[in-house]
Amino acid sequence: MATMPADAIHEPPSNLQREESASFDRHIINYIQRAAATGLYEIRGLGAKRRLPHFDDLVFLGASLSRYPLEGYREKCSSATVLGTRFAKRPVKLATPITIAGMSFGALSANVKEALGRAATEIGTSTTTGDGGMTAEERASSKTLVYQCLPSRYGFDPDDVRKADAIEIVIGQGAKPGGGGMLLGQKVSARVAAMRTLPEGIDQRSACRHPDWTGPDDLAIKIKELREITDWQTPIYVKVGATRVFHDVKLSVHAGADVIVVDGMQGGTAATQWAFIEHVGIPTLAAVRQAVDALEDLNKKEEVQLIVSGGIRTGADVAKALALGADAVSIGQGVLVALGCNADSYLQHGQHLSATADYAKLGTAPGYCHHCHTGRCPVGVTTQDPVLEQRLEPAVGARRVRNYLQTLTMELTMMARACGKQDVHHLEREDLMALTIEAAAMAGVPLAGTTWIPGRGTNL
Amino acid sequence: MVSVMAPPTRRVAFDLARQSVRELNQFLHGDLNQVQEVLVKNPDGAHSLAVGLNAPVRVDIGGHAGYYAAGMNKLATVVVHGNAGPGVAENMMSGRVEVSGFASGGAGASAHGGLLVIRGDAGLRCGISLKGADIVVGGEVGSFSAFMAQAGRIVICGDAGDGLGDSLYEAVIYLRGRVRSLGADARVEPMAERDHAAVRELLAAAGISHPSSEFKRIASGRTLYHWNADAGQSY
Repeated sequence: MATMPADAIHEPPSNLQREESASFDRHIINYIQRAAATGLYEIRGLGAKRRLPHFDDLVFLGASLSRYPLEGYREKCSSATVLGTRFAKRPVKLATPITIAGMSFGALSANVKEALGRAATEIGTSTTTGDGGMTAEERASSKTLVYQCLPSRYGFDPDDVRKADAIEIVIGQGAKPGGGGMLLGQKVSARVAAMRTLPEGIDQRSACRHPDWTGPDDLAIKIKELREITDWQTPIYVKVGATRVFHDVKLSVHAGADVIVVDGMQGGTAATQWAFIEHVGIPTLAAVRQAVDALEDLNKKEEVQLIVSGGIRTGADVAKALALGADAVSIGQGVLVALGCNADSYLQHGQHLSATADYAKLGTAPGYCHHCHTGRCPVGVTTQDPVLEQRLEPAVGARRVRNYLQTLTMELTMMARACGKQDVHHLEREDLMALTIEAAAMAGVPLAGTTWIPGRGTNL
Repeated sequence: MVSVMAPPTRRVAFDLARQSVRELNQFLHGDLNQVQEVLVKNPDGAHSLAVGLNAPVRVDIGGHAGYYAAGMNKLATVVVHGNAGPGVAENMMSGRVEVSGFASGGAGASAHGGLLVIRGDAGLRCGISLKGADIVVGGEVGSFSAFMAQAGRIVICGDAGDGLGDSLYEAVIYLRGRVRSLGADARVEPMAERDHAAVRELLAAAGISHPSSEFKRIASGRTLYHWNADAGQSY
C-alpha cells in the first residue's frame, strides 16, 4: 500500500455524491415512483399546500401622527355587513363579514353541518350548503343559509330554493377551477346517495358545467329565472374559482349577480386531484385585487358585493381582504381546523381521547392530514362513518367554531380601530404595505418603505 | 263532458303584450283562489314563463316560449302551444309539462319527477343529469342526450344523435329510431317485460302510439361507477 506523502492536499468527501436535484427532488421522485406503481393520479382533500404569496406578505400601517386611532375596547367599531343590495328585496344582513363557506353534507357529516349552523347563528353570520343539497339539520340550525346551485344539481329542490336566504350559483371553486366535484365511494352512504339520487357506494364525479346553460349570456337568463322563482326577494351570488378573475367578475356583474364570490387557489376541497389543487388557479391575494379592479372599472363597487375566500385563516387575513376591497370573506378549512381537523385528540363526553393511532392508519399524523377524501377522518369531521362521525359532538363543535369566528371578528375590529376606522368596511388599500415584490405586484399596494407598485408605477 | 253538478272551471288570462312575466309568475305563486286554468296570450318567446309553480294549476302558453319554461315545476300542468327554448321543465319535481312543437337544448335537465312530453324534436342534451322524471320525445333528440342521467326514463320515438347516454347512472332510455353513437358506458340491453310495460305506460301518458316492440333499451354498463378498475395494482 502506497503511503501518502506528507505534503499531499487533503481531499474532503465529495458533496456531489449526495447532491439533491432541484428538478428531481425527493418529493418529485416519490411522485414518479407512486405514479409508476399505481397508474392513477393522487386524490386528496384540503387546498394548495405549496408556499404562495398571501395576506401574510402584507402589513397594516396603523394610525400614528397622520392618522387618528380609536380606543381598542371603548370606541365603537361596526362589523355589520349587508350582502345582496343590488336587486334582491331581502338582502342578507350579518353581524360580521366572516361567513362559512359552502361544504357539502357528504363531505361533512350531518353533525358537523349542524354545528356550523349553530355557531353561525350565535355569531350572526351565514352558512352555505354544498354539492348534495340542503339537509334539514342545517336549515334548522342556520338562521341565515346560502343555498348553492351547482352543476350537478344533486338534491336541488325548488322548495329549498324558497327556504334559502340567498342562492349561490357555483361556476367553480378555487381548489379546482374547471373541475367538478368528487366524492369517493366510502363517503357515499345510504343517506348521501339518496339525497343525490345515486347508487350507494359509487365514486361520485359531478359535472363541471351546468346542465341548462352555457356561457355568460345564458347565465343572465338563468339568474332571471331564479329571481322569478323567488319573486326577486332572495339575493343571488355567483361563485367563481380564481382564474381570469377580472373578466369573470365583469361577466358576473353583467349577468346580474347581487354578490360575487371569488375563491382563490388556496381554497379547500373534500377530494380533488393533487395536480389540480396545486397547479390550477391563482392565489387569493392576486384574485382579490383583480376582482376589485373589475368592480371599480364598472363603477359597481358600491352596488355589487364581493366575498373573498381561499386560505383565510386569521383576523388579520380578514382585515387585509377587506382593506383590499372585499365586503366579506368565506372560511372553509379554518372552520374545519376549529372543529378539530388535524388535532391530535377529540372531545368525547368531556374527555380528550387520542386520535393519533387513526391518523397513523391513514399513513399520516396530526398537522399533516389531508385525507378528507377517504372518509376516515380521525376526528369525525369529514366522514360519513357512523362510528367516526360521533367523535364530533355538535355542541362541542358549535362552541369551538363560535369561539374561532368571535376571535377573528375581534381581531378584525381591533385592526380597524388601530387604523382609525369606526367600521371594518372603512379599511382601505392605503392602509396596507407589501413585504415582498410579489405581494406588492399582486395586491397592487406599495412595497414597504417605497412608493413602488410593480406593474403600476409609483404610488405618490 | 262536464257534469252538470260540477262547479265551473275558474279561468284567468294573462296577455304578455300588456302584462309582465313578473306579474304572471307572482300571480301563479300566490293564492290562486281556486283558479284552475291560466291562459298566457302573446308569450312571444319570453323567458322563465310559469317557473317555480307549486300548485295543481293548468297553464296554457299560447305560443312559443323562451328559456326555462315551467322551470322547477311542482304539481302544475304547463302546456306550451308552440316551441320551447333551452331548459324547458328544468329541475321539474312533479306535474306535467308538454311542448306541442320542438324543444331546444337541455330539455328536462336535472328533472327529479313528473312527466315532460315533447311532441316534436328535442335539441342537444335532452334529459341531461335526469334525476327521476320521465321524458317522452315524439321526434328526434340531439347529441349528448341523457348525459349523466341518474334516474328516470326517456322514451325517444325518433332517432338520437351522438353520445347518447354518456356516463349514465340508473336512468333508462327507450329508443325507437337509430342512434348515431352511444356515449361512454351506455349499452343496448334486451327489452324485458317491464321495459315493454314502461314504454306502453309512458306513450299512453303522452298520447302517442307506437308498438313497444319497436323500442330498444339503453342503460348503463356500470363500468364507470368506480374509480379506475385497475386501482390498487402494485408493481
